[in-house]
Amino acid sequence: MNIVVLMKQVPDTWSERTLRAADNTLDRDAADAVMNELDEYAIEEGLRLTEAHGGEVTIVSMGPEKATESIRKALSMGADKAVHVSDEALHGSDALVTSAVLAKVLERAGFDLVILGSESTDARTGVLAAMLAERLGVPQLTFASKVDIDGSAIAIHRLADYGYDTVEGTLPAVVSVVEKINEPRYPSFKGIMAAKKKPVETLTVADLGIDPAQVGLAASATEVVEWAKRPPRAAGVVVTDDGDGGTKAAEFLASRKFI
Amino acid sequence: MPRSLDPAASTDLLRIDDQLSDDERLVRDTVRKFAADRIMPHIADWFEAGTLPKELAPELGSLGLLGMHLTGYGCAGMGPIAYGVTCREMEAADSGLRSLVSVQGSLAMFPIWKYGSEEQKQEWLPRMAAGQAIGCFGLTEPDHGSDPSSMKTHANRSGGDWVLNGAKMWITNGSIADIAVVWADTQDGIRGFLVHKGARGFSARNIHKKMSLRASVTSELHFDDVKLPASAMLPEVRGLKGPLSCLSEARFGIVWGVTGAARACFEAAAGYARTREQFGRKIGGFQLTQGKLAWMLADLQRAQLLALHLGRLKEAGSITPEQVSLGKMSNVRTAIEIARQARTILGANGVTLEYPVIRHANNLESVLTYEGTEEIHTLALGQAITGISAYR
Repeated sequence: MNIVVLMKQVPDTWSERTLRAADNTLDRDAADAVMNELDEYAIEEGLRLTEAHGGEVTIVSMGPEKATESIRKALSMGADKAVHVSDEALHGSDALVTSAVLAKVLERAGFDLVILGSESTDARTGVLAAMLAERLGVPQLTFASKVDIDGSAIAIHRLADYGYDTVEGTLPAVVSVVEKINEPRYPSFKGIMAAKKKPVETLTVADLGIDPAQVGLAASATEVVEWAKRPPRAAGVVVTDDGDGGTKAAEFLASRKFI
Repeated sequence: MPRSLDPAASTDLLRIDDQLSDDERLVRDTVRKFAADRIMPHIADWFEAGTLPKELAPELGSLGLLGMHLTGYGCAGMGPIAYGVTCREMEAADSGLRSLVSVQGSLAMFPIWKYGSEEQKQEWLPRMAAGQAIGCFGLTEPDHGSDPSSMKTHANRSGGDWVLNGAKMWITNGSIADIAVVWADTQDGIRGFLVHKGARGFSARNIHKKMSLRASVTSELHFDDVKLPASAMLPEVRGLKGPLSCLSEARFGIVWGVTGAARACFEAAAGYARTREQFGRKIGGFQLTQGKLAWMLADLQRAQLLALHLGRLKEAGSITPEQVSLGKMSNVRTAIEIARQARTILGANGVTLEYPVIRHANNLESVLTYEGTEEIHTLALGQAITGISAYR
């Protein structure tokens, strides 16, 4: 089975993240770059599926040159090869443009199954799986906490507030995963050494037959018009229990729609 | 240091880790995550109980930590800086864990890999790399520590076989080891022998009541007419240079390792200083505390630079034992001072296992002494400087 896992390098969730004043795009130099955490689960799932059903895992990543560090990590975990789409022209691309570029890569590489994290921690749009499925004309099975494959049939558990739904489809398909799905492995030292020899193909938009004018900030359908730093955390509310503490706590939770 | 682990603390102000390669950073992150997941939640309990779960060994093996700097036979074949970074991240968790890794890789596997026969390598190295077999290293004796050349343990020829007699002391992993690399005097000088667990006449007893490296097994080994076949001897080395070359490997790991322990202490102290209040303000706002923290950071970063520099020398293949002596002497002393200074910032909390500081401080007392005492490394440097040996 030919599995493609989409992986994105993002600024470290724990660091101070910011946008660039010049064009309101993410300032990737302001923070350490790491692999998007949910993508680790996607890679793990891809590896487990190929271990069970055979085939290979290809990593596809779109991002600047330093994304190679995260690609190396993915290969160290055990993925077989990688495609890195790297082009200055892609700077500022929104989800719609990104999905168009990735769809081209996927069409070019061929796939039985595409797996990706259900969202990235930087933009958090969570729409890429749907956009890709639409562009590729294949089923989307999103927010999976479990994936089963039997021949060309695929079934997932889609996590919901009340439990899970079982969603079924046929391959080829696009699956997005949530962190409940598995426990990602550590890149082993032998894996790190082996990754040096694994093929990484670097592509520009021209290599994909895409007009550079169709990608990047200018070609994007969405734009960050304005942004502000998150305000400092306000002091919490102290509830004094005068015999009605339970009621007050319940009212508070209700006001925040927790209950 | 990625800022991710402690966003507010700058433990790598000089961005020394930017000098690491992508692979070395990946090694760092892997070991750090493993330690955070598998060691840190339990280490205080292990330390208090004086135990180390043996199940950790296969986990460390599957990650590739054991014998990581050796090539072939199931070893990862990584460079010295990756090995150093691994030691650093393990020791940031606990010196006992780093000891497990460095004894297995540098003291038990290294002599087999370097001086063993092909049969010995095939038999032991793959299992040891996988953590399915544990090794230990027997050089120090009850009455011969800094002066191993006076060792009493000896092996005599008996037909084609050997008969081993004597005792070894302060042996990390001794009682849990499947294979002991034992150095013994023979008619033609000091030779290394591979002694299997369960060999008749071979026994190991744990040393109890130690207040340091409690999450590490320390044993004494006894050899009472232990019969060994000729094939048990390491064929490719004779004399004290055998065990000393192993120790040089392991000491290099200590040069790095102790910077991990020191960093953990610094992080604990800096974090505490930012939150603990006295006299109505954070103690981190007092000049005495800031002075301590500033010097701790300066000393820590110097130690890290020294480790990196020795790593580069080792990478180039030009490192000398005197250079390793300088690193071991200087970095362990620095680390222990940082640990003690951190302890003062934590006040009474500094002596509990709620914080890592007293654990590291106690562990470092052993590290100061083992694999060449501070005094012996000082004298090795004294000899290098003056050309005069103070002890031979």
